[in-house]
Amino acid sequence: MPAIAENVQPVMLSNEEVLRYSRHLIMPEVGMEGQLKLKTAKVLCIGAGGLGSPLAMYLAAAGVGTLGLVDFDVVDFTNLQRQIIHSTGDVGRKKLDSAEESIKGINPYVDVRKFETRLSSENALELFRDFDIVVDGTDNFPTRYLVNDACVLTGKPNVYGSIFRFEGQASVLATKEGPCYRCWYPEPPPPGLVPSCAEGGVLGILPGLVGVIQATEVVKLILCKGEPLIGRVLLVDALGMKFRQLKLKKNPDCPVCSAHPTITELIDYQEFCGIRGEEAPVTTNVPEIQPEELKQRLDAGEDIFILDVREPHEYQICNLNGYLIPLGDLPQRVNELDSSREIVAHCRSGVRSGKAVQFLRQAGFRKVKNLAGGVLAWSDRVDPKMPKY
Amino acid sequence: MKILIPTPLRQYAGKKDAVDVPAQTVGEALSGLTTQYSDLRKHLYTDDGKLRAFVNVYLNDEDIRYLQKENTPVNDGDTLAIVPSIAGG
Repeated sequence: MPAIAENVQPVMLSNEEVLRYSRHLIMPEVGMEGQLKLKTAKVLCIGAGGLGSPLAMYLAAAGVGTLGLVDFDVVDFTNLQRQIIHSTGDVGRKKLDSAEESIKGINPYVDVRKFETRLSSENALELFRDFDIVVDGTDNFPTRYLVNDACVLTGKPNVYGSIFRFEGQASVLATKEGPCYRCWYPEPPPPGLVPSCAEGGVLGILPGLVGVIQATEVVKLILCKGEPLIGRVLLVDALGMKFRQLKLKKNPDCPVCSAHPTITELIDYQEFCGIRGEEAPVTTNVPEIQPEELKQRLDAGEDIFILDVREPHEYQICNLNGYLIPLGDLPQRVNELDSSREIVAHCRSGVRSGKAVQFLRQAGFRKVKNLAGGVLAWSDRVDPKMPKY
Repeated sequence: MKILIPTPLRQYAGKKDAVDVPAQTVGEALSGLTTQYSDLRKHLYTDDGKLRAFVNVYLNDEDIRYLQKENTPVNDGDTLAIVPSIAGG
């Protein structure tokens, strides 16, 4: 069991706290000793979003004394489907402020430390040093590798959780004896291969399921009770409601956590993950048409073939009366298209249709353009009655 | 044996979440899978035929990297799980 730093100052529970935590105190697995460990523990939550929401709320309820929160983002309307630490009235507010308010509402005894910053190689080591446990609730590969390496370098356990659509993974990484993220996945996938929640969608309850598994592991580490997910990965399949366990071994040649590490400093993680500059969706330099121009030309009666490369369920939400060929089916169905006609391809935001235009141009189509911004931009600038999703 | 297909790759495997292939080794099973679903090949393997480093393969619950990799023998009742890295949060 990894040792949590012992706090030398005597810590007590007030009568109010004793009553608050009564359901913990009456269990021998927690008791007064355990509750005091929770009170003196300092846990850093990276991300106050999908995973961070249930995680921070449950750790607050459990009586973790200090909760650090790292997030630079603002609450968006589309977050509310799953980021339950934020309410409708918080849209537009900093996630840190909204999260702090929820945490204090649940448990005013928690000391909330806010870090409104993007975690980076410049600040991670210093940030992690003041905490006992780090929880990875981030949403991208560069930050996950950064969190991992910084945890190994500062000797803090990394309580890891990740989600995709309706599947999740959870583990406790970067402990001294156990494996780290790089033992598990030495390299990230190429950028753009695995969609984000915005692009691929996610079942709203899923981060709840995985985030609370992470919170459970944090509590177990603090209490030194139970068997943490060290050397194991829990795979969650929410649709099948199946939980599988896989063994995770420490790689004796791991570049960061083995006895002979080759990585002893934080690196450029964007570069490591093959991303240059700002992490952005993979954009392609393809010919574009703005929504206003398309509208004008359609109204003028021009013969333009609208190709919709979204999925059938998206077509049902809203559409431009386009001909639907989902992007994944385009290679097999390209012969349904007439290359002599002018084609405008569109999707939701312009990313998938950009790929479609690139594919069609490589297949010899010369009169094909991408609708810049997709139906989202169409709704914003041409037809506000079209719902955005 | 049964091969479990993870969510990000189901679109390349006829939307299936599991595929049955006859095989004596892990390598044969994966080869059988990518023969049936050729689109999967480039997502699982690099151009020089190596399994991609962000995709792990487990025979039951053991990582094949710590067994005999693609030469690991398999039995009928075994399950192969393909587990790519995911990062959503």
